[in-house]
Amino acid sequence: MTKVEKPLSQFQIALQGFRRNRMAMACFWILVFFYLGAIFADFLSPYSFEMEDRDYSYCPPTKIHIFDEHGKFVWPYVFAMNLTFDDFHRRVYHEDSEKKYPLKFLMKAEKYRFLGVIPSQHHLWGVDSPGRIYLLGGDSRGRDLFSRILHGARISLSIGLIGVIISFSLGLIIGGIAGFYGGKIDEILMRVCEMIMMVPGFYLLLALRAAVPDNFNSVQVYFSIILILSFIGWAGLARIIRGMCLSLRTRDYVLAAKAMGLSDFQIIIKHILPHTLSYSIIAIMLSIPGYILGESGLSLLGLGIVDPYASWGNMLSEAMSIVHIRFAPWILWPGFLILVTVMCFNIIGDALRDCLDPKWKGAKE
Amino acid sequence: MLKIILRRFLIAIPQLVGISLMTFALIQLTPGNFFDTLKLDPQISPQTIERYEKMYHLNEPWVNQYWAWLKNLFQGDLGYSFFYKVQVSSIIGSRLFNTFILALASFLLTWFVAIPLGIWAAVHRNRFIDRLIQLFSYIALSTPSFFLGMILLFVFSQIGGLPLGGMHSPDYEDLSWGGKVFDLLKHLLIPTLAISVGSIGALQRIMRGNMLEVLRHQYILAARAKGLPEHRVIYHHALRNAINPLITLLGYEFSGLLSGAALVEIICSWPGLGSLMLTAVRSKDLYLVMASMMMGGILFLIGNLIADILLVIADPRIRYD
Repeated sequence: MTKVEKPLSQFQIALQGFRRNRMAMACFWILVFFYLGAIFADFLSPYSFEMEDRDYSYCPPTKIHIFDEHGKFVWPYVFAMNLTFDDFHRRVYHEDSEKKYPLKFLMKAEKYRFLGVIPSQHHLWGVDSPGRIYLLGGDSRGRDLFSRILHGARISLSIGLIGVIISFSLGLIIGGIAGFYGGKIDEILMRVCEMIMMVPGFYLLLALRAAVPDNFNSVQVYFSIILILSFIGWAGLARIIRGMCLSLRTRDYVLAAKAMGLSDFQIIIKHILPHTLSYSIIAIMLSIPGYILGESGLSLLGLGIVDPYASWGNMLSEAMSIVHIRFAPWILWPGFLILVTVMCFNIIGDALRDCLDPKWKGAKE
Repeated sequence: MLKIILRRFLIAIPQLVGISLMTFALIQLTPGNFFDTLKLDPQISPQTIERYEKMYHLNEPWVNQYWAWLKNLFQGDLGYSFFYKVQVSSIIGSRLFNTFILALASFLLTWFVAIPLGIWAAVHRNRFIDRLIQLFSYIALSTPSFFLGMILLFVFSQIGGLPLGGMHSPDYEDLSWGGKVFDLLKHLLIPTLAISVGSIGALQRIMRGNMLEVLRHQYILAARAKGLPEHRVIYHHALRNAINPLITLLGYEFSGLLSGAALVEIICSWPGLGSLMLTAVRSKDLYLVMASMMMGGILFLIGNLIADILLVIADPRIRYD
């Protein structure tokens, strides 16, 4: 008996197409890597986000030695750094070559809760105190940039995901309702959308931020930022979904569903919105960067996540002063990570459009 | 034409009122306002406070306050800035103008670079140069404008030659007319680049897509078949059709530029509307926030209006009446 190959579903075909796009796959894995880094930040980073050592303020990236003073190949070690000031009162760091601090793996250091639950003391790597290993250098308060980047990723990367879920649920439902009912409801809802789209996004962002009470703690600020970003984000999507629904609602199967006595809500959820799915997936991917940038922008100005908590935006706020960039260019790292993340989402979004949207294929070539 | 302009404005007025109502409510409903700090400020006399309390109905519910603000607005009074301690109208004008210059410069740079680049990429589709442009576009459109601004400031702090931040040199007033313009252009360069690079990447991709779409049409084949030179086919037949969808984008593009400009303004200390808005929000300076929001909305309206007019000029098939 010959084996009959099962025909591929539309989704599987799209997935195959996506897998063939090497660039997009690479971006996908980079993002997976970033998100894993964020989830396991406590374990992967040698220090916590608030561990500070004022003697290491703007300390350059620690050199890891693999050859000892005789040129022999040895287990990697680092030196402690001594801070002195030169004639212009600039920071100069010298390696203190008296004592070697060997690199240790799975060492016991600061306590934390693994995944927020299991108490643990093990860090993947590090060196014994008072030696410090600052892989990417230190910031103004002498905190480890690398550890803060990992912890900051939790905030910067999660805001996009949560924000997009909220604003898309809003956009889908409101766009669906406007498109399905048409008439007055449509008119009113669309005018409201335009209202939000009319003000330049950043101004609206600032105005809404002004409404957040000053006495909020950082968790509350985190969620209010997500809410603000979602509030700005839903309008654009609602308009497009509404356009699609306007044409979908006259289709025969919608009329059939109506004739069978389904409620309006059921029709919108079961029969209309699924048709906007492929568009939504693409739009989700392409709009996540907006949330990441929104958070970074706010935090950069000191209106978002504030010290001691880390986010890529507020880490970059130190780079607002040229003097600091000049003498400690490594504080620009979070910016590069924002760039890479945004680029990955863009490339994946475009690749998804190529394989999910059959109409787009023609335009590409 | 006049009708469409009028119609747009008529729709926009309730929307602007809506935005202002929302902003006003949000700021006034949250605990703690500028007025509390104002009372502690010895620089402001109790008489002044009393006067403004009366003028803006500050001790009444926020709906009354809003109504007072709206009435004053229609009389041309934007309110009092409690942070700068002057009338809002006396600061917002120059800030608006500065932002407009910056947005306009970025806008011109974006369009004059992105459109030819998009055409070029489309014509040389899939060749090495196209791939290179596409790669750079991806990087460019993913670079946050504020980050690019920082990098540019850093680079120019190393190589020198350009003023880092601000809008005028200290000796600006003494310069000749030409010198003033040159000075302004020098200050404009970094913020303009920071804002434009990303938009160039995005717009170039759209232009390339449109151009490729148009080039597949039969009339292009016909034009080539009748022996027209290639440049005529591209610039005369294809370009005019490919550029129309972009003009609709223009209005939103302008609003996007304003938004992107805000952060860059702050980083490059450009004295524009964005940095004003930031100060206003930080100090909960209600009337300044309101005025900045309104100006942002109005600039957006103007951008859209220009887009509509340009569309009629570019595409004779479109009639609004």
